[in-house]
Formats: sequence, structure tokens, C-alpha cells
Amino acid sequence: MFTVCTDPSLLSGFDWFACYLTTPKHLTFFGSFFLVLLLIVVVAPLALGLGFAAAVASRSGSPFLSLPGRGYVALARGVPDIVFFLFVPIALDQAFEYLRYLMICPDQLGGVWQGNDFIVCSAAKLPLSTAAPIWHSVYGFGLAVISFGIVFGAFAGNVLVGSFKAVPIAQIQTGASFGMTESQIFHRILVPQMWIFALPGLSNLWQILIKATPLLFLLGLQDIVYWARELGSSKTGIYAYPHPDWRLYYFGFLLVFYLALTAVSEAAYKRLMVRLSRGQGTIASVGKATLRSGF
Amino acid sequence: MKSLLFAGVLTALSINIASADTIRMGTEGAYPPYNFINDKKEVDGFERHLGDELCKRANLTCVWVVNEWDSIIPNLLAGNYDTIIAGMSITDERDKVIDFTEAYYPPAPSFYVALNGSNVNLKSGVIAAQTSTIQAGHVAATGATLVEFATPDETIAAVRNGEADAVLADSDYLMPIIKESAGKLVQVGEVYLGDGIGMGVRESDGALKEKMNKAIKSMKQDGSLNKLLVKWFGADVKTY
Repeated sequence: MFTVCTDPSLLSGFDWFACYLTTPKHLTFFGSFFLVLLLIVVVAPLALGLGFAAAVASRSGSPFLSLPGRGYVALARGVPDIVFFLFVPIALDQAFEYLRYLMICPDQLGGVWQGNDFIVCSAAKLPLSTAAPIWHSVYGFGLAVISFGIVFGAFAGNVLVGSFKAVPIAQIQTGASFGMTESQIFHRILVPQMWIFALPGLSNLWQILIKATPLLFLLGLQDIVYWARELGSSKTGIYAYPHPDWRLYYFGFLLVFYLALTAVSEAAYKRLMVRLSRGQGTIASVGKATLRSGF
Repeated sequence: MKSLLFAGVLTALSINIASADTIRMGTEGAYPPYNFINDKKEVDGFERHLGDELCKRANLTCVWVVNEWDSIIPNLLAGNYDTIIAGMSITDERDKVIDFTEAYYPPAPSFYVALNGSNVNLKSGVIAAQTSTIQAGHVAATGATLVEFATPDETIAAVRNGEADAVLADSDYLMPIIKESAGKLVQVGEVYLGDGIGMGVRESDGALKEKMNKAIKSMKQDGSLNKLLVKWFGADVKTY
């Protein structure tokens, strides 16, 4: 990056570190932190949306809605995350390629499964072999987002089902006695009031989502864990910047990153809780001081 | 939303019209000097230079893909890339699942390496090896206690911090490490395993195997392969 860095073997001390920490490899490492943030930001609304849909569906009187809703939540919650993350991206990838095979080259010689091999013609590959590396990364990331979305959507769905049930029945009855339709009660009373009950569960889920992001590594994506291990491993003189085993420092850095991220989220959650508690007949809405003097 | 997003990606990926001549080369990127990721974040090492030359001779456009060692065969079979060029020894066991080109690196010894001054029993001690390697298979067969690691570097770390008594790995991977350990690590044993290193391809991909075989043969004939071997492994390396 800097001109002093052209021959690292001549460097020592601060210069060496300055050059070392700005190699393209390190810049990629720093960039991969944004990948983690991007994953969280994309997955959170996706999971919340899926969870909301599942919760509403499972409350439905029609078994055609409630069964898929409940089935999805039970299934995705019951399968271990790691098994799910190993299975879904491979299955999705092969499903997409199989569909494209049916569309593009269904008369392929020998079919799709040949012995151990899963083969589609090169035009049906996803992404194409000729596609720029960035598309391969986007595709891998997309599969990861879908897997995370499905898993965390199920947990969110379960939380939301519970919080729908926690809204006091008197609120619903009051709505009905005012002549509101079911849909009006749902939109104006049930949904606005259930969030406060969902929040503790959802905030827990958010923390778990943050902590689950290293699973990207398991999916073969080059995330912060991959780069920390790669950069931290001991380097012989064949590398421009040889060093002993530094994994401890790199993983320590990840630890600090994750702690900072969860600490910031916790603070944001507390503020949100105060806001959503306003006007609710709960302990949180009156505050501890009032509670003590009131008794 | 999800399907919409995906449809978008699908179309975006379809814009490039396929050319059959782009080959994705799968490697580990953590096994210097065979293959490693240099500080410019490029795949580097013996196999990078060999692979690029083979592709040139076979008239193929090659793209390098880094994949974990542990899943390198399954992902070849799933079509994520078209070759494995990752210091993979040719063995009968692997040959049942994938096909190999002819060797581009002759059979070479594997070394046992331990801390200087330690008294290691190679038949009953704790020996580290990378998972799914011929060395791991050998350790398990000798009766020693095998501890497996995902990356080669972790096997060395295990010896340095005393978790394992010794490590078994390819001599050409270990020699630079011994040399730069300032006398801390020493070779304590030697064993010959495997039939040399070849490029792995899918069994259904006979055409690619033939192209690569032809290119490897031509590099053996004109001496360019030997030059590469000496450049990356030193003058003592076995050549063709």
C-alpha cells in the first residue's frame, strides 16, 4: 500500500506492522467485518418477516395455513443449526442447478447423477464457471442468508406466537364491544400490543444471531473467522511477512469485536424497551422507583 | 421478498454466456510451498505456477478457487470447481471416488517432526496429522494415537505447544518449517506414502483429464516441470 512496503524484509518495528496490517490480505480481513454486519442487517428483517408470517399463519383457523406455519416452526427449531447449515445450502444449490438443467439442457448425456458426481451442463451451472468471482461470493452469501433466515425465522415465529397469546383478552373484548371487525382488532390492538411481549425474546434472538454469524465459515465463506485463522497461522519465509503462530491475537480481536457488537445491541434494546413500555400497564412502564414508593 | 431477491441473482448470473473453456481450479491455499495465499491475497506457490502453465498448454482459461481441505473432494463432486490441485497424493482410496491425472510431483517421503530433545515413540505416542490425508491414515494404522487437525498449520502448533509428540506430513511442507524453527523442531522419522501428487478431476470428466495429462506430459518432456520443482522445493527435490 505504501512505497516503504515494497521490500518487507528490510522493515522492522512500527514500519513492519504498518505495512503488515495494510496488505491486501489484511484489508480483505477488515472488509469481511462488514460482511458479518451485512449478514445481520439482511437476515434480521428477513427472519422477522418469516417469523411474523409463520406466527399469523399458525393462529389461523384454517388448517391449510396453521399446519404449514406450525410445521415450519417445529421443523426448523428441532433440527440442530449446524446440520441445517450443512444441509440447506447444498440442497438449495443442487435444487437450483437441477431446475436450470431441466430448463436449459434436459437432454444431457448420462443425466445429472453420474456415479458420485452431480453434473449439469456448463450453461446450467449456478453461477456460471465464467462468472466473475464476485458473483460466486454473492451466490454463496445468498444461500447463507436464506439458511439463516429460515432458522431464525422459526425462532422468531415461536416468540411471536407466544406474545400474541400474552395480549390481555380484555383488550380484544373491548375492541369487539366497540364494534371492530376481526381484522381491525388484529391491526389496531393485537399487533401494536404484542411487540412489548415479543421484545425480550426477539432481543435474545438478535444476540444469538450475532453470535451465530461465524457459521458463515462453516458454509465455506471467507468470513472473519476464516481470515483470522489464515492470517494468524504461523508463516514461514515464503510469505512476505513471516511470523510465528499469532492466532491467539487474531481470535482475541474477534472476541472484542463480538463483545462490542453485543454490548451496543444490549444498550439499544434497553432504549427500545423503555420506549415501547410507555403507556403499558406493566412494571417496565412505571419504573423501579415508583414501584418501591407505591407499596 | 426472498424469491424476488433470488430471481434477481439468477438473472444477474445468467447474463454471462457460458464458455466451456473456463476451468475452476480448487486448492486449499494453506499448504506452502505447494499452495498458499500470499500477502496480496492471491493463490501462490508451486501448484499455482504449475496450474497456470498447464492451463496455458491445454488452452483453457483457469480461475482459482480456495476451499477447505476437509470438503475439497465433496465440493469437486458437487461441481463447485473442476479440478483439485492441492498437494493431493494419488491413493487407491481416493481413486475410487475421483480420478487423478498422472503425477506432476514424484513420490516423496513424509517426515515425522518433533520438538528437539523430546523422546518420541512413533508407534505409541500422540501423532498429529491433517485430517483426511494419507499421513493421518498411516498414523492410525501404526497404532499411535492420532490427533487430526483441519489445517496443516494447526498440526505444527500442536507439536510446538506439546499437545502432540510429533507431526507427520509431507517432507517438503515440513522442511522450511524445520529450517526456520531455529533448532526447536527436528525430523525424527521418515516414511514413504502415496504414489506422488496428481490433479484430481471428476470421474465423469474424462476429457479434462486427457487435456491435463497431455499438458503434464509435455511439461515433463521439455523439462519445464523439473525447473518448477527445483524452484519451489530446492535442488534436492526428486525430478522427472
